[in-house]
Amino acid sequence: MIVGDSKPLEEILEMIQGKEKVLVLGCRGCVTVCNVGGEKEVGILATLLRIARKKAGLAPSIEERTLERQCDPEYIEELAEVAEGYDAIISIACGVGPQFMSERFPKVPVYPGINTTFIGGALEHGVWGERCQSCGNCLVHNFGGLCPIARCSKSLMNGPCGGSANKKCEISPDVDCIWHLIVEKMDAMGRLKELERVWPVKNWITSRDGGPRKRVREDLKQ
Amino acid sequence: MKSGSNLEKVLAAGHFAVTGELGPPRGNNVEEVRHKAAFLKGIVDSVNITDNQTAVVRMASWAACKLLIDEGLEPNYQMVCRDRNRIALQSDILGASALGIKNVLCLSGDHQRFGDHPEGKNVYDLDSIQLIDTFRKMRDEKTFLNGKELDGAPGIFIGAAANPFADPFAWRVVRMGKKIAAGADFIQTQCIYNMPKFREFVKMAVDQGLTEKCALLAGITPLKSVGMAKYMAKFVPGMDVPEEHIKRLQGVDKKEQGNEGIKIAIEMIQEIRETMPGVKGVHVMAIEWEHRAKEIVEGAGLLPRPVV
Repeated sequence: MIVGDSKPLEEILEMIQGKEKVLVLGCRGCVTVCNVGGEKEVGILATLLRIARKKAGLAPSIEERTLERQCDPEYIEELAEVAEGYDAIISIACGVGPQFMSERFPKVPVYPGINTTFIGGALEHGVWGERCQSCGNCLVHNFGGLCPIARCSKSLMNGPCGGSANKKCEISPDVDCIWHLIVEKMDAMGRLKELERVWPVKNWITSRDGGPRKRVREDLKQ
Repeated sequence: MKSGSNLEKVLAAGHFAVTGELGPPRGNNVEEVRHKAAFLKGIVDSVNITDNQTAVVRMASWAACKLLIDEGLEPNYQMVCRDRNRIALQSDILGASALGIKNVLCLSGDHQRFGDHPEGKNVYDLDSIQLIDTFRKMRDEKTFLNGKELDGAPGIFIGAAANPFADPFAWRVVRMGKKIAAGADFIQTQCIYNMPKFREFVKMAVDQGLTEKCALLAGITPLKSVGMAKYMAKFVPGMDVPEEHIKRLQGVDKKEQGNEGIKIAIEMIQEIRETMPGVKGVHVMAIEWEHRAKEIVEGAGLLPRPVV
């Protein structure tokens, strides 16, 4: 899923300064699963904004709504009748949400209420870890199912570097050395020999380096 | 000869090689480079010029290399993958070669989070092994990474680093083997303090035939003080400083700790030279202590340096 973090309340308050009628807009997709942008979080943020506005002696005109998804025009269309009635919309979907909203409703200022952080999964309740960098050419099966591109601080294809110590990365004791784990995993699977290959340079064209990406499925296009 | 560099010639003639290290200044202070270089002239066969080491911005390595050439020393151009993509890496080695630089050391590079611009974006288009492979291809096949022909190929002696003390230990020799397979002509190791572990590493390398294919130079850094020894033991990832070294330094007067550190370095060089025939030389990294490199090299009986 796409994982995100709430922006500090102060930052959001500053964004909507002078905007009277505000909509906090959630998404039932990834951000609901990672507890940052679903219906529950819409309620929490809206309440906090109301309290802050009341304290400042302002009219606490904050409304709440959560769409099925903010990355599909058909759901965004549900707001067609009402969107322009707001002075500001705070989208707490991933970075796609505020952009799709802005594109559909160009007259309404849309603000991001969360920071989109990474593509990952839940490690335990309340803890998420990065797993994918969307390089566009998945190779994880060659590395014991562990991605060196997303999970090595230097994206080494032929690791581990000399900074690996006690299974941890040189940048922080909180970061696993994924290459140590790759070597262990491949060894446990009896496949260590495969890592002796010198991996050639990666083609980054399929990654963000090749420019903003777009996918066209002719079979699905109408 | 692949490059005709002094280092290559010294090794080819069967001499026990000695390389040194010089960190460029945090500014354009040319005199500082010349000042440090003067201490190493005639003491080492080639001088590594670090490339923004520990991710702290310094004078460009290639420029400091050129200053050394002008002073009559032979540089070894360190290049990290952190700051340049494949376009810049290939371009820089061509430029370096044009300036007369004949040795290059290919490194991944310390992560920028260590350095003085931790907010920066890194590159890591290539890793160190892919960089070695790229330079070997440029030199031997006279083509760029994309297969297109070069208008003048760089004659370079290609080096790589190995850290016998990083984890996982058993994989370290294999990874060094990958660097040699990719085209490394020489390897310089991380600073050695744990001699038994290094001996084991060398034995594995010898058993796998790696020391026949590539010149292995053992990294030596004198411990200046108990404080430095403790700091390295505790805070430098992949550094292994055994307690016995710290105790030995603690056993002498504070003013004498530096001298004791130099004695230890000399003893280690002698032990390596006399008991590990797989090792073809030493890489003396007297960090910000260039003026004491001579004592170490001389003390180990490695002066005068051969003229080849």
